[in-house]
Amino acid sequence: MSSAPPLPRWADVGLLPIINLAIALVVSGLVVLAVGEDPHRAIDVMIRGAFFYEGSLGYTLYYTTNFIFTGLAVSVAFHALLFNIGGEGQAYIGGLGAGLVCLALDAVLPGVVLIPLAIAAAAGFGAGWALVPAWLQAYRGSHVVITTIMFNFIAAGVMVSLLAGPLIKPGQSSPTSRRFSGSAEIPDVQEVLGLVGIEVARSPLNLSFALAVAACVFVWLLIWHTRFGYAVRTLGHSPRAAAYAGIRIPRTIIAAMAISGGLAGLMAVNEVLGVQHRLLLNFTAGYGFTGIAVSLMGRNHPIGIVLASLLFGALYQGGSELDLEFQTITRDMLLVIQGLIILFSGALAWMLNPPLARLLASLAHRPREAPA
Amino acid sequence: MEERARRAGTGAAEAAADAGGGGEASPPAVPPGSPPAVELRRINKRFGAVQANRDIDLTVDRGSITGIIGENGAGKSTLVSILYGFHTADRGEIRIDGEPIRMTGSADAIGHGIGMVHQHFMLVPTMTVLENAMLGCEGGPLLAEGERATRERMAGLSAAYGLEIDPDALVGELPVGLQQRVEILKTLLRGARILILDEPTGVLTPQEADRLFEILEILKRDGVTILLITHKLREIMAATDTVYVMRRGEMVARRRTRETSREELARLMVGRDVLFAVGAGPSEPGAPILSVESLSHADERGAPRLTDVRFELRAGEILGLAGVAGNGQSELLDVLSGIAPPQSGRIDFAGRTFTPASPANPSLLRDMGLAHIPEDRQQRGLVLPFTASESSILGYHGGPDAGEGIFLALAAVRERCGLLMERYDVRPPDPGLRCGGFSGGNQQKMVVARELSAAPKALLVGQPTRGVDIGAIEFIHSQIIEIRDAGCAILLVSVELDEIMSLSDRILVMNAGRIVGEAARGEADADRIGLMMAGVGEPSGAGESSGAGEPSGAGEPCGAGEPAAAA
Repeated sequence: MSSAPPLPRWADVGLLPIINLAIALVVSGLVVLAVGEDPHRAIDVMIRGAFFYEGSLGYTLYYTTNFIFTGLAVSVAFHALLFNIGGEGQAYIGGLGAGLVCLALDAVLPGVVLIPLAIAAAAGFGAGWALVPAWLQAYRGSHVVITTIMFNFIAAGVMVSLLAGPLIKPGQSSPTSRRFSGSAEIPDVQEVLGLVGIEVARSPLNLSFALAVAACVFVWLLIWHTRFGYAVRTLGHSPRAAAYAGIRIPRTIIAAMAISGGLAGLMAVNEVLGVQHRLLLNFTAGYGFTGIAVSLMGRNHPIGIVLASLLFGALYQGGSELDLEFQTITRDMLLVIQGLIILFSGALAWMLNPPLARLLASLAHRPREAPA
Repeated sequence: MEERARRAGTGAAEAAADAGGGGEASPPAVPPGSPPAVELRRINKRFGAVQANRDIDLTVDRGSITGIIGENGAGKSTLVSILYGFHTADRGEIRIDGEPIRMTGSADAIGHGIGMVHQHFMLVPTMTVLENAMLGCEGGPLLAEGERATRERMAGLSAAYGLEIDPDALVGELPVGLQQRVEILKTLLRGARILILDEPTGVLTPQEADRLFEILEILKRDGVTILLITHKLREIMAATDTVYVMRRGEMVARRRTRETSREELARLMVGRDVLFAVGAGPSEPGAPILSVESLSHADERGAPRLTDVRFELRAGEILGLAGVAGNGQSELLDVLSGIAPPQSGRIDFAGRTFTPASPANPSLLRDMGLAHIPEDRQQRGLVLPFTASESSILGYHGGPDAGEGIFLALAAVRERCGLLMERYDVRPPDPGLRCGGFSGGNQQKMVVARELSAAPKALLVGQPTRGVDIGAIEFIHSQIIEIRDAGCAILLVSVELDEIMSLSDRILVMNAGRIVGEAARGEADADRIGLMMAGVGEPSGAGESSGAGEPSGAGEPCGAGEPAAAA
């Protein structure tokens, strides 16, 4: 019951995540050691694989883009103390929105019109998919954690039935849509840079990355600089204060969830419009869930989320290099390592808070009390 | 464990005999020359910048009732939290029965025979009395045996100390006086020989409080040592043998109760002579601004909280609402401020009528000039993780002062907050500091600053000085009077009768969700209002000053600790 002193902010946002990450890496190193490989070499390969091999940085940033969207999605809801576990489903349905727009209009509209429309549809569909759980939470008290999880399953079911049915490319058996026309393709970064004469290696990184950065700015402005964001944060910190302040709680819940769902939906822009150029099954690949860890690790702040996304992007990309380089380190091993990082940085993010706070407090107090 | 159970099983009388060796149930049940039950030596505790306890010495004789009195925030609660193992002292020594002990948690305290009855009860409302009493000492994986044993011991304890209670009643359905009795029983069942009561009468009617003191007297005769924490002088005078006075984290005096006086204690508590009234001059009430007619409200479970409340609030007056906590005052503030809807009745405010069909909401009322200093500043009045600057627009965040369009003007808000902090003497005057880092008094001054600076037509004030140091109390009171004199209509809700009496131009008394009486300034006296608060009608013979020591005739209807709410 004896309470630890509060952790200074710099330690909370800076020191603690680094310590958590370090622990996760040490434990991962032990795992690598256990399968008979050299952890030192493994981390070397991983870092090179994530940043220095040809094209690897592009891949890392491509993964980062996904995590930024889903991380931001989780964070916006979290500021209203809502745990949106449904980023996966919202991104999936967001992809449906973007895909439907492209399939319907890619023959008639030029890219400059079609792509913004498809982006809006991705956000709109994602937001719509979050609305039902939001409404149930706001007006019926059904817990949003439960309903958003369920909606992930529903989304998966909807996508399977659509891709196996009305949206399937005629004359084939694998459940994917036809490829969109070129006007629906978001340009790759290497193409854009190529236009200005900069040569970079080929990677799936596309201009959705710029959209992700813009989304970060949007969330930062929304949460900390608007009246709406103020209402969201008040609700998140103290529902009783929100009621006292006259904040319309159900409305705020619904709006926050819709924005959250919209941001998750934007993840599909990167995958569907930027890389795959068609609708296919499971393009969300767990990015929605990882967004929870990203947001947690990034302390629900856009800057933190960018950094955490970069970390997870590097893990994904560096991890696949590990897979190639080492016989014994398989894809499943990588999941273990990623799981460890999520465990220590996400689920156990506050495990070290009290001891660290006590340590810092005692360090801070000792010199002050010494002369007394 | 064995020993404790046995001790508890046969009552505290034997416990005293075990420990002291020969205490019969005759006062004093303590052999001469035995060490004091509790001894604290040079206890120090600091929270951040606040020295909550500084070099505290305290000696509590076995089988006595010792009081610790002090203003809110004087450090009493911290001190007993240290004694009960909730906090660890930075420095100092705790001795129980002369033995120095190390306290690392409340389990240690319980192990040394210390029991605590908290201000806010630690009971599970959906469980029965018996189940609550067993919590934490069920005696094995299967409950039947433990239940049987606990039932037996409870019956013994109840009989020995006059703590009659139905073991199968649901705790949530018991009146607070009886819930408190469950808490006391719980501690005795765990073998407590040292009983700490933290502000035990805050939620009781005067009559229930009298009954509690009778029980404490019986426990004392049986050798139980009692430490009574309170900020109410009357209780100290009525119940204790020895009294310690705390002020600003220091122990400033120790007195034998029969050798001291209320006036002396008050002076010691505050550090100077106390103005029991803050010179509020006579008021000049103007037109009615807020009027309430046959207002009723029920909580989520449908239990009525307000019944047929009616009153009128005029410009330039302070209307005090007295009552024991939990008699509907909080609900009334909620309904008037638009946070909770009424079930029936009407509220007229500033020319508009609100009914259940067309309810008000807090933003609308705020726009119309209704300010609200809520009872709970930490949960409602402020958002503790916010900076002072951010909290300074709580409720006004949609208004023109907070920004333009959809955006907040953070720099302007910050600047305005800085000015407010200077003007309302908030220390330190740093708008960038988190609200949770300010002391209670300064937090409250921030709320007062925000609400008063909106220049309201009417102001709802709930417990404006709860947990606030004396300097801040005077400041807040003077601000309230100032805004009254500027023509604001003020409804003041407080459980501190002294506060109500010193500030109000008129006093309404609430009991069980109804307005049961009214008194104008001057004709109000504490006894009469106290009885109305208890739901007892006009007393036949007034004149006796606070008779908390002796259960007077007026106490009889509630003698068994039945709820005053039965009225």
